[in-house]
Amino acid sequence: MITAPALELDGVTKHYGSLRAVEGVSLSVQPGTRHAVIGPNGAGKSTLFALVAGTLPATAGRVVLHGKDVTGMPEHARATQGLVRTFQHSSLFLKSTAVENVALAVQRQQGAQWSMLRPLRRRTAILERSRELLASIGLADRSGALAGSLSHGERRQLEVAVALGTEPSVLLLDEPAAGMSAAETARFKQMVLDLPRAITVMLVEHDLDLVFGLAEAVTVMHLGQHLMTGSPADVRASDEVQRAYLGAEDTSDLFPQEAR
Amino acid sequence: MRGRIGYIVALLALLSVPWVMGPYAVATVSKILVFAVLAMSVNLLTGVSGLPTLGQSAYFGVGAYAGALTAIHLTDLGPAQVVIAALAGAVAAALTGPVAVRARGVPFLMITLAIGEIAYSAAGRLDSVTHGTDGLSGIPPVVAAPGLAPTVNEGLVFYYVLAVFLVLFGAVALLLRSPFGLTLRGLRDNEARLKAVGYHTTAYALVGYVIAGAIAGAAGSLWASAQRFVAPGDLGFEVAALALLAVIVGGVGSMWGACLGAAVVIVARDYIGANLSGHGPLLLGVLFVAAVYLLPRGISGGLRQWRRPARKQEVAA
Repeated sequence: MITAPALELDGVTKHYGSLRAVEGVSLSVQPGTRHAVIGPNGAGKSTLFALVAGTLPATAGRVVLHGKDVTGMPEHARATQGLVRTFQHSSLFLKSTAVENVALAVQRQQGAQWSMLRPLRRRTAILERSRELLASIGLADRSGALAGSLSHGERRQLEVAVALGTEPSVLLLDEPAAGMSAAETARFKQMVLDLPRAITVMLVEHDLDLVFGLAEAVTVMHLGQHLMTGSPADVRASDEVQRAYLGAEDTSDLFPQEAR
Repeated sequence: MRGRIGYIVALLALLSVPWVMGPYAVATVSKILVFAVLAMSVNLLTGVSGLPTLGQSAYFGVGAYAGALTAIHLTDLGPAQVVIAALAGAVAAALTGPVAVRARGVPFLMITLAIGEIAYSAAGRLDSVTHGTDGLSGIPPVVAAPGLAPTVNEGLVFYYVLAVFLVLFGAVALLLRSPFGLTLRGLRDNEARLKAVGYHTTAYALVGYVIAGAIAGAAGSLWASAQRFVAPGDLGFEVAALALLAVIVGGVGSMWGACLGAAVVIVARDYIGANLSGHGPLLLGVLFVAAVYLLPRGISGGLRQWRRPARKQEVAA
């Protein structure tokens, strides 16, 4: 038996009136891979992400998760199926502590979100898992801090920890390195590399160093269309991609030969 | 630690009320406690879940009539009336809530306002159940527990109300510390993210709404027991607005703040306002403006602000 792709998009389309934000994008992501989506501004990457996660309803096309059609499911149902996104602009519970942010995801995953009697601080299973996740992304010592008091880089890390709290099978990272310093990006890259292979990762990213340092497959979008999907080497070599990005021949600055 | 001392002092002060105050004052404190329960219900939605409401008077009224009718026709046992009233409040909220919880912010406020107004006019028209604008009288004195004599004495009524108040305050405190409490705060702080981690947020909002309806219903039963008279005016817009005012004055999100806010509002209206020859509403207006300008985070938030510099000094010393 051939294993079904972790995620399959089939002609996914989003129109706003006559504006075609995303037009017939089809691609498949194999289980356990790190798959990047790149493209110039306005290429429709973030819209595509919102369609995959279910934040926006698609105009046409299908989204299939591990062989199961989830197109008709709202965002929260897709999340319970293991398809979980992060946000480009950190989307956290700022008045809660870091550990409570993660606990919100963990308690849902453990089925305790309706519980009204036993206090959260006595629920060791939820808290231990939450602290473990905070430690795994390098925020162990910040667990008691309010999310609103964390630095930008720390918020980006917490953003991922919250998503991991749902125990996703497919993790969608929407521009995870946006606004990060070089050091923070390097640390972030290591964190994604350290994620277990059971989690399939799809990321939209502008930082091409990060993309080529992480991804095993790269999808390029341009003006809402799927331009190509291939290995990082194929994408670097593609004339089409070069034209899409620059309209020029020379893209040596854009695609460093050695991924750092 | 400080918080615990505050609670103990407040409890001792409440226990001593019937011994040191006159009957009218004791009745006023009973009224404050009833109103504090209603304010907690409003605060659970407005402050905790981020759903500002003007409709809790409806469930308060449903509870008041349910409690009164139970007392007249079924049993004069207080706890039974509270439970039936809370259930009635919950059922009413479950029936009307689905309309409200689809909206957020001002639209939610407007829908709950409409629910309150509908309940008010229904109370005035359903003569066969509510005796219309005449109100429901002849409510027998409450029996606080099986085997006890009917409670007529103002001080004993107060203790009955206080006991139910404490139980509800404890239950709400427990709820807020539970995973579901965290879910409700998440709903207030970032609904989009809550959806993204797999919460069907409307369902949680509805359950929060039903719980708040049950608490308001319980408050209504206490009102019927304390006043021994229920009329449509008890679930009018004024009640809803005062409950929201109590939450704003006390500090949105804080339960003891809401209770303190209830005390301030009732004292201003019934005690000080009564001596201002009909200018009570003016005082409430001034109170509201003063609260918004001077204590934008209410009494509880103000106290926290005032404490923080003090703590820093402790560290420095």
